[in-house]
Amino acid sequence: MTDKVNFHFDIDGDNFTSAGEASVRIKKLLREMGFSPDTIRRVSVAMYEGEINMVIHANGGSADVDVYGDRIEIILADKGPGIPDIDLAMQEGYSTAPDNIRSLGFGAGMGLPNMKRYTDDMRIESALGVGTTIYMTVKT
Amino acid sequence: MLRKVEKMKILKIKELLGAEILAGEDLIGGEVNSACCCDMMSDVLAFVKDQAVLLTGLCNPQVVRTATMMDMRCIVFVRGKRPSDDVISLARESGIVVLASEMRMYTACGILYENGLHGGEFQK
Repeated sequence: MTDKVNFHFDIDGDNFTSAGEASVRIKKLLREMGFSPDTIRRVSVAMYEGEINMVIHANGGSADVDVYGDRIEIILADKGPGIPDIDLAMQEGYSTAPDNIRSLGFGAGMGLPNMKRYTDDMRIESALGVGTTIYMTVKT
Repeated sequence: MLRKVEKMKILKIKELLGAEILAGEDLIGGEVNSACCCDMMSDVLAFVKDQAVLLTGLCNPQVVRTATMMDMRCIVFVRGKRPSDDVISLARESGIVVLASEMRMYTACGILYENGLHGGEFQK
């Protein structure tokens, strides 16, 4: 089937406390749509890590979740500083997050690796000074 | 050789850790099948087992969101840390039991392990 259902969220970059609300919302919506707990967890964790990243690094952005018959696509777009070296950023443990973020429980350098871990496909487009868009697909 | 249990009741965790219950009184009869202790939330998110208990010294709403994402049943705040009311109400909304123990992390984990509750798998 080619029809899709789209859910759009604006991610507030000024509020670390509310970061993750969109992912919690998606989790509920996917549950109502009858997806398996495993699929729901994979989508919501990948999106949650992305949401946190956008708040930490990019002053927020947007998240679109497109639900198709056989897959769920997550598109996270920000107008942040961009990622200079994507291979390096993908390494577990590598982080550029400031110390204050680490004291909040993030910045362990696991965000992007976790997004890859939980999705079937992940693609990063990033331009310095322009922004980053991440495309992720979870097969259902 | 320590015996491993498949599941542990949240009520038993509360008793073993001398913990106070701050949210989810009605869910205290539930069970968990593994434990995870961490202050870095992305490390928790790399941990795959659901129906787990999270032991942490971190006290902000992201702890509850992380536990929600991973379908965890219970959060234990160790070292006498007390989460704020908004953290407690977020856990209540999410159906997660919140316990608070005076024990240090190492001790709390050791006691649960000794009583058969082990860690889950790490998904590569």
